[in-house]
Amino acid sequence: MIDIREKFDVAVIGAGHAGCEAALACARLGLETVIFTMSADNIAFMPCNPHIGGSSKGHLVREIDALGGEMGKNIDKSFLQSKMLNTSKGPAVHSLRCQADKMEYSKQMRNVLEKQNHLFIKQAEVSEILFEDAPDNLKGNGYQKKITGVKIFSGIIYEAKAVVLCTGTYLKSRCLTGEAITYSGPNGLQPSNYLSDSLIKAGIELRRFKTGTPARMDGNTIDYSKMSEQFGDSPVIPFSFDTKKDDVQKNQVSCWLTYTNEKTHEIIRNNIDRSPIYAGIIEGIGPRYCPSIEDKVVKFPDHDRHQVFVEPEGTYTNEVYIDGMSSSLPEDVQIAMYRTVPGLENCRIVKNAYAIEYDCLCPGQLNPTLEIKHIHGLFSAGQFNGSSGYEEAAAQGLYAGINASMQILNRPYLNIDRSEGYIGVLIDDLVTKENLEPYRMMTSRAEYRLLLRQDNADIRLRGKGHDVGLIDDERYNKLLQKIELINNEVARLKSTTVGANPTIQKFMQEHNSSPLKTATSLAELICRPEFSYEALKDIDEKRVVLPDDVIEQVEITIRYEGYINRQERQVEQFKKLEKKMIPSDIDYDDVSSLRLEARQKLKKFSPTNIGQASRIGGVNPADISVLIIYLDSLYRGQNNEK
Amino acid sequence: MGNVFNNYSGDTICAIATAMSDAGIGIIRVSGNEAVDICDKIYCSAGMVHNLKSHKPNSIVYGYICDERKKPDDKIIDEIMISYMKAPHSYTKEDVIEINSHGGMLVMNQILNLLIENGCRLAEPGEFTKRAFLNGRIDLTQAEAIMDVISAQNNFALESSRNQLRGKILKKIKSYREKILYQMAFIESALDDPENYDLDGNNDKLKKILNDIISDIEVLLSTADEGLIRKNGIKTVIVGKPNAGKSSLLNALTGSERAIVTDIAGTTRDIIEETVRLGDIVLHVIDTAGIRNTNDVIEKIGVDRAKAKVMEADLILYILDSTSNIDDEDKEIISLCRNKKTIVLLNKDDIEDKNKISNDIVRMLFSEVSNEYFPIIRTSMLKGDGLENLKEAVSDLFFNGEIVPKREVYITNLRHKELLLKTLESLKLVINSIDSGLSEDFYTVDLTSAYTSLGEIIGEEIGDDLAEEIFSKFCMGK
Repeated sequence: MIDIREKFDVAVIGAGHAGCEAALACARLGLETVIFTMSADNIAFMPCNPHIGGSSKGHLVREIDALGGEMGKNIDKSFLQSKMLNTSKGPAVHSLRCQADKMEYSKQMRNVLEKQNHLFIKQAEVSEILFEDAPDNLKGNGYQKKITGVKIFSGIIYEAKAVVLCTGTYLKSRCLTGEAITYSGPNGLQPSNYLSDSLIKAGIELRRFKTGTPARMDGNTIDYSKMSEQFGDSPVIPFSFDTKKDDVQKNQVSCWLTYTNEKTHEIIRNNIDRSPIYAGIIEGIGPRYCPSIEDKVVKFPDHDRHQVFVEPEGTYTNEVYIDGMSSSLPEDVQIAMYRTVPGLENCRIVKNAYAIEYDCLCPGQLNPTLEIKHIHGLFSAGQFNGSSGYEEAAAQGLYAGINASMQILNRPYLNIDRSEGYIGVLIDDLVTKENLEPYRMMTSRAEYRLLLRQDNADIRLRGKGHDVGLIDDERYNKLLQKIELINNEVARLKSTTVGANPTIQKFMQEHNSSPLKTATSLAELICRPEFSYEALKDIDEKRVVLPDDVIEQVEITIRYEGYINRQERQVEQFKKLEKKMIPSDIDYDDVSSLRLEARQKLKKFSPTNIGQASRIGGVNPADISVLIIYLDSLYRGQNNEK
Repeated sequence: MGNVFNNYSGDTICAIATAMSDAGIGIIRVSGNEAVDICDKIYCSAGMVHNLKSHKPNSIVYGYICDERKKPDDKIIDEIMISYMKAPHSYTKEDVIEINSHGGMLVMNQILNLLIENGCRLAEPGEFTKRAFLNGRIDLTQAEAIMDVISAQNNFALESSRNQLRGKILKKIKSYREKILYQMAFIESALDDPENYDLDGNNDKLKKILNDIISDIEVLLSTADEGLIRKNGIKTVIVGKPNAGKSSLLNALTGSERAIVTDIAGTTRDIIEETVRLGDIVLHVIDTAGIRNTNDVIEKIGVDRAKAKVMEADLILYILDSTSNIDDEDKEIISLCRNKKTIVLLNKDDIEDKNKISNDIVRMLFSEVSNEYFPIIRTSMLKGDGLENLKEAVSDLFFNGEIVPKREVYITNLRHKELLLKTLESLKLVINSIDSGLSEDFYTVDLTSAYTSLGEIIGEEIGDDLAEEIFSKFCMGK
């Protein structure tokens, strides 16, 4: 028997995007932390697309940054191209996306981890989690077990007060390219084959999920003249609220846009029976919103073409990523299919597209803190929780890392609800909904998205980051100053009026705006579509120079005030139900008028409040009314007894 | 804490289920696990034995309510019938006993006290229905409909509350919701997957759909005022100088068709109104006697006293002695009628008098304060002349002359009306967003509100405190 025991506060299993954030958060909060990786040379590896951010995912990155996470800073150091998406739409759906130099991204993150105090990187496969029976005081709170550490494949034990599972797609993974199946992790990396059994032994229910990635091509074999060039923005807006704007202005690399055509679709249709999904080989369930090209062709038979983005993998390599054409069709079909696309006629595939299948957590087993309900101290994050995407993973990693730390430090847990951040939406959906496929963040999932903009993530969440201890006083005070500037400027613009005098009327005319009938506030003028804050500078004598990010908030606050107020009222309604708590020892069998399905779902998810209960699939409003009145009678009954 | 729900449902509640007034019979309702045990303690058969438990469920037995603490000669409180409905085949799905006693307030209260002394708890308003709901017998919208049925004061109210949540309104609201939901889903899909969902040209389509719903809801809402008034009755105040005939009018109205005496605010009896039925039209005539001393002040009903009531009223009946002279006090009354639906009754028309006030004079006086149309009826309270004309005039003023409701659907629930108004406001805000050229992602804010408000009407969205609100409106014993 090997008798080596290492002692840590926290053990993080996996050093992908979730693991890195989790480990950094714990170490930064002063906890001795070990992070395990199958390959120390592949820390923060991007096995799929070469970009960070994009619609709604950009929001997550901003929120991670606001809370004191690393992703935003890391992409600011390693991007190749940056673009704000959806600028023709409202500010709620603006989203930043950066093309990453994959190697650089990974190197930079490894560097941050290595420099971090209290953090130790260990290349090893964790084969077991270790636990004991929960002591009585924990049993009252629904815990059956208490985590004590992990054991690695060599037999060495790492004791830990908390463990964060960030195993990504590595648990018992296998990759499929048509009929060719390899038992490996992504990109040929070693899978983790033992931990699943240990988790099952600990009473954790697992399931199989599937995701996929398109082919990587040799850039030299692509004819870019047949594609349209996609440039980055100038100037570049940094992801992190702490990155200086000047530091991210640089020469950018282009992406390229081309399209599939009928010929492509015909090849896919003719070979659809050779796709492992359609042939029934893949047991796992794939993401609907990140569909393979086969899925798109089947789902949208009327569409005669689909977009294909050709994106660089990095400056260190010729390889390009064929975004929009992920596939698990056999290699011969892939070659034929890709070569029908304009510009790819002579392409050579460096790495085939493949689908990957892996073990992950069944829904209903997580607390809103991302702790496994019945095992005290065992947290989990990322694709293991059934999500997809780097940003979703990083957000959960940060959240789980913070809450593991809060538990050890005996401080209040971090809680972000649906009205406070996309992170809140993400976590609530993961712990409340029966996601049957990898969960991807989308703007439509956020009910209060007009309030949850990427531009105000710092205003929304820095305070929480500061409370937790990941945002220092200096950065927090900077934010408070910013908020003050915004509030003062909004107030000033509302109270500053311009009269209907000849100078102003001339100004109106010059800007194709209707003349003023009476004295009007500058705020009212900003609301006219033909004006902006900038455009009014000539008639705004008392204006002082303000930073761009302050002006942005001032404009949004004034221009969309009505919408923002109405959305805030919706949030008030939402919060009312969130505040109606459900006692943890409630016995749903006592509530006889609940429908059977609702009762089963409520037992399975054991929601902490009525709001959360109302979002569980299979629990309908009538059931919720029953619960509300039942709880009310319950509390009233207790009061009567007193 | 243990099994709290059983503690709750295990406690047995009682209340008087019939109206709180002296009547021929009254019913006291008892519900809970111990209903039979408790009732048996106070029930005696004709042979003076406590044998309620030996009777079959779902049957009616005859006997007495007895107070065992009293001497044998005094112990009988009342002669009663008891019906016993065994769980779950009862209103609450619990064991329910209904004691049919004589309807006097005193005797019913004695029985109620006996029940409480023997282990029952006095039920909160609506608690029986709440139990029915909690035990899965009815859903929330049914509970609301039950409440409307209980409070229905005429056939119209009864019909409309029976129908509103099953019939056409439900169907209409569901269809609006489906249309709105589809539009929201489409916009959201396009935001998340712009490549595959194209929003070009969708705004015109969306506007048309929303405008259709808006005009539909406006039609529905136009029935609401009429519907609510048909259901709830018309708040009516009689004004006029002393001796003009106010009391006679009230007597004529109530005397001809004596209606229900409603106790408005539940337990408080401060304000009493007479409910008068003119055919199927209900008038709640504010009995100003209720707010004054009952002695000689009766004839001094002055302008001051009437003022407050007039402000709240839907209808003013201004009674004028046609043989008298119009003086300043009359003018002051007339000015009170500004912007109010008013009917002028020129009373004592049967008296022969050359100088009687003519309709034209009244019309002239009114034209100084109001442009509104107001009917003038010549009456004789003494002879009962003119009441038929009054009925027509009321129906003209409130229902476009249709005494019998003609529309298919009426909104008769104030909560529904308010939610429809909210829906309307939200939909108009969406149209406004489209017209101001804002992008689609803004529409969702107000589309969601509209969708939610409509859902709250039919119980498919969890309203604020809808559940509590509904039960709190119930009266005792239901």
